[in-house]
Amino acid sequence: MTRGRRAVAIVGVVLLAGGLAWGASGLYDFGHYHALYGKIVARDAVPDRSATNSVVVTAFDYRAFDTLGEEFILFVAVVGVAVLLRRLRGESGRDEDEVAEEDRRASESTRWIGMALVGPLVVLTAYIVVHGHLTPGGGFQGGVILMGAVAFVAVGGESLVLLHLRRTSSWVEMSESAGAAGFAMLGFGGLIGAGAFFQNFIANGTSGLLTGGFIPLANIAVGLEVGGALMMVISEFFDQRLHGQAT
Amino acid sequence: MSIYPYVVAAWLLGAGLWGVMSSRNYVHLIICLTVMQASTYVLLLSVGYVSHGKAPIFADIPTNSVVVDPVVQALSLTDVVVEATIVALLLALVVQANKRFNTVDPDAMTRMRE
Amino acid sequence: MSQLAPLAVAVPLLGAALLIFFHALMPRIAAELIALAVATASLVMTLLLLIHVGHGLTVYWFGGWHPRHGVAIGINFAVTAVGAGLATFVTLLMVLALVYSVRYLDVRQPYYQVLMLTFMAGMVGFCLSGDLFNMFVMFELMSVSAVALVGYKIGEGAALEGGLNFAVINTIGAFLFLLGIAIIYAHTGALNLAQMGAALRHSGDDRAVVVAFTLLIGALLIKAAVVPFHFWLADAYAVALTPVCLLLAGAMSELGIYGVGQVWFTAFAGALGSHVHVVRAILVGAGLLTALWGAGMAMTEDHLKRLLAFVTISFVGVFLVGVGLLTEDGVAGTAVYVLADGFGKALLFACVGIVQHRLGKVGQHRLHGRGRRLVATGLLVTAGGLLVASIPPFGPFLGKSMIDDAAIKVGYGFVPPLVALTSALCGAAVLRAAARVFRGWGAVPRDPPDEADEDTEPETIEPHDRTPATMFVPAFALLAGAVATGVWSGLPDLAATAAHRFADFAGYHAAVFRTPRHLGPVSSGSPEWFDYLYGSGATVLAVALAGLGLWGERLLPGWRRVSTAATALIRPVRDLHTGKIGDYTAALTLGVGILGVLLTVSLA
Repeated sequence: MTRGRRAVAIVGVVLLAGGLAWGASGLYDFGHYHALYGKIVARDAVPDRSATNSVVVTAFDYRAFDTLGEEFILFVAVVGVAVLLRRLRGESGRDEDEVAEEDRRASESTRWIGMALVGPLVVLTAYIVVHGHLTPGGGFQGGVILMGAVAFVAVGGESLVLLHLRRTSSWVEMSESAGAAGFAMLGFGGLIGAGAFFQNFIANGTSGLLTGGFIPLANIAVGLEVGGALMMVISEFFDQRLHGQAT
Repeated sequence: MSIYPYVVAAWLLGAGLWGVMSSRNYVHLIICLTVMQASTYVLLLSVGYVSHGKAPIFADIPTNSVVVDPVVQALSLTDVVVEATIVALLLALVVQANKRFNTVDPDAMTRMRE
Repeated sequence: MSQLAPLAVAVPLLGAALLIFFHALMPRIAAELIALAVATASLVMTLLLLIHVGHGLTVYWFGGWHPRHGVAIGINFAVTAVGAGLATFVTLLMVLALVYSVRYLDVRQPYYQVLMLTFMAGMVGFCLSGDLFNMFVMFELMSVSAVALVGYKIGEGAALEGGLNFAVINTIGAFLFLLGIAIIYAHTGALNLAQMGAALRHSGDDRAVVVAFTLLIGALLIKAAVVPFHFWLADAYAVALTPVCLLLAGAMSELGIYGVGQVWFTAFAGALGSHVHVVRAILVGAGLLTALWGAGMAMTEDHLKRLLAFVTISFVGVFLVGVGLLTEDGVAGTAVYVLADGFGKALLFACVGIVQHRLGKVGQHRLHGRGRRLVATGLLVTAGGLLVASIPPFGPFLGKSMIDDAAIKVGYGFVPPLVALTSALCGAAVLRAAARVFRGWGAVPRDPPDEADEDTEPETIEPHDRTPATMFVPAFALLAGAVATGVWSGLPDLAATAAHRFADFAGYHAAVFRTPRHLGPVSSGSPEWFDYLYGSGATVLAVALAGLGLWGERLLPGWRRVSTAATALIRPVRDLHTGKIGDYTAALTLGVGILGVLLTVSLA
């Protein structure tokens, strides 16, 4: 680090981080949150939607439009990864057999455990996604767990399976975009069915899974999208092993 | 204890910024951005905390219990996953930059003239 | 009718998702046409929304969640004429950029179209939103799309570096924004701007408010590329695809300034209103610094896109001066100037794109004289340069004179000459470049200062010996837009009325939570005689400086010494633009820190 940069950095960090601490200390003490917004949401989420997870009700109903935006940020970031890691004409590649050879060096037990865990993780994902409005969970968390399943496969040494899957069928991209489009369409459904964009147009159920109006559907859409998106990201990065030689 | 979490958030911000400014490896730089990201979550979640409040999930607690603020939790929840994907985007840029420049040192990567 | 507001954002998003869903089935032309259709639909929707909003404020609550007990529990869009107007302008630029990209741009469909559509959706959402966290989400959506679009040309090292610098700086800005949101949410209990403003009116200016304001404004100024947060912009614009530059220059930088105005007028004017002189001085000071810095750097740049990037930075400075005056007249003037100038800058980028397509290079010295056959493009660039120099009576001149008049009204009489100087310098830089490239005038220097072109890949596919209509038509449309904004006599009054509503802090809360109070139309003054003087003076000075730049050594004996002295003066500033992310981050950190100190000390 040059001396100039170091001097500027020291002053800057002290001012900025110090300023943040100084300013935040002018707020109420930790633990004394007292605003009405949180209280109203906590009080009304259950009666409004018969769903017990008020955080998910906030994210997918009261503030559904924010979640649409966030979901699309994720979508765009993944499209961006696909665009930035695309193959250019004239890039040399490594042989697939070479990579497969490398992969085979992973231990047998890692491979078997990796593959064996995929099934339970998919079931866990489905559970977390569908029960999002009742217990902690939801589409985002479920999608990340699904990515974990993919990571296990890759760590276990079967990354080529992933790549073949990705290249021969476009179902990963389709599931991702179906999730994104699905969530947007729920918004439109609100507009058409109930008069306002993202208005909950499905009646509340009385108990169990079928409560919360469209929130379970929204969770499924987001879960599909996040899972598909993260799978795409991982496979794009692994794809770099095949043609990622520094020129 | 009363302002300690806010100080932690400020410290994380400062540490992350210092890391970005002094980094010699772009992957390390992006992880420092993740550290700064953590400071935003710490601040958001700590302003929503209610002493002796429970999590705002009413599955097995009565609906009139004292709970922490669900709104900031909803904000952070979506943000965590989204920021992770943005990190993936930045790392994709770094991977390609490494292929072009044969280095991941930010200071050595510069081809821009003034 | 107010449903057009969410639709203008949701339709492009849905379109983008569906383009990916069906991408295997789609030939290139289908993806391009669908994207164009979606963008046009958004344009129509935002235009209708603008007409519907008129003088008023349209509020749309998402999910039908109206406020309970005075607390907003859902998200709303609060659309004023300024917001809707900016959204319409953004969609118009996007339509023109997509036309420009048809068939000839070397991009992978449908990814490019998807990124453009989400970019537009984010920008439109940012303009229309009435909720601070929603603004943050739209800000992020814009930034992420822009990062992918800026770094698109992965074959070029410079593109990756520009993309990385842009990405890291913008990400840090987003984090600062979120920290500001956390503090202000804690202080007021609201994410809704109207509710926040009402709460802040009673709270005064304690330190949490000042720090939150610093963080929010800092993040928005980073996005707008105000000095010292501007370093990323020149790197990013130099390497992005031309239609992307068109949008970045014409729309994205302005959104940062719009955000500053929105945050001030709806939320913080209540708490910090008694200190408006201080905040005004800080913002106008930053604006003037940016304007002069950008203009000075533009005069020394060889790379055409970097030159235009610094012209953009200079104009952002003037926009900040206009909005930073924190008065209605300032906002009205900035609105007109943004419109006119957005067209002008987009026009210049479109022309540089044509040059790049036909001649394959973007350095003035390498291109010297090679553009002689591109007659129409040369004329367009010259027209653009004159507009940049605010030649009366056209659009940029009108906007600038409104800002000048607003500045004089609050006692800032030194603003008009400085702004005129920046217009002159920027205009000179453009005109001189046009003369060098398209006419071959001026001496080719023995040792060209910078080689700008080592590995610029062509952006477009063959053939390179003609300019397709899809590139020319948008350029002419942009010129028409820039000219029209000056000639349309009703525009200043419309802008003044819109600004009156935008600045109506007292009525905003009532408007969002109950019914908007009626605000009648306001008329604007017309340019005074001294405005014409400044405008024509700036134009003449621009032409003179361009001429001196080309032939100074032959015409004036002492010119060589003058120009060497001027170059030496600007050299330290040039050296600051190192291209290294660590330096940019350091400047950013220090800048936000100093902004905080200035605000704290003066508001104490």
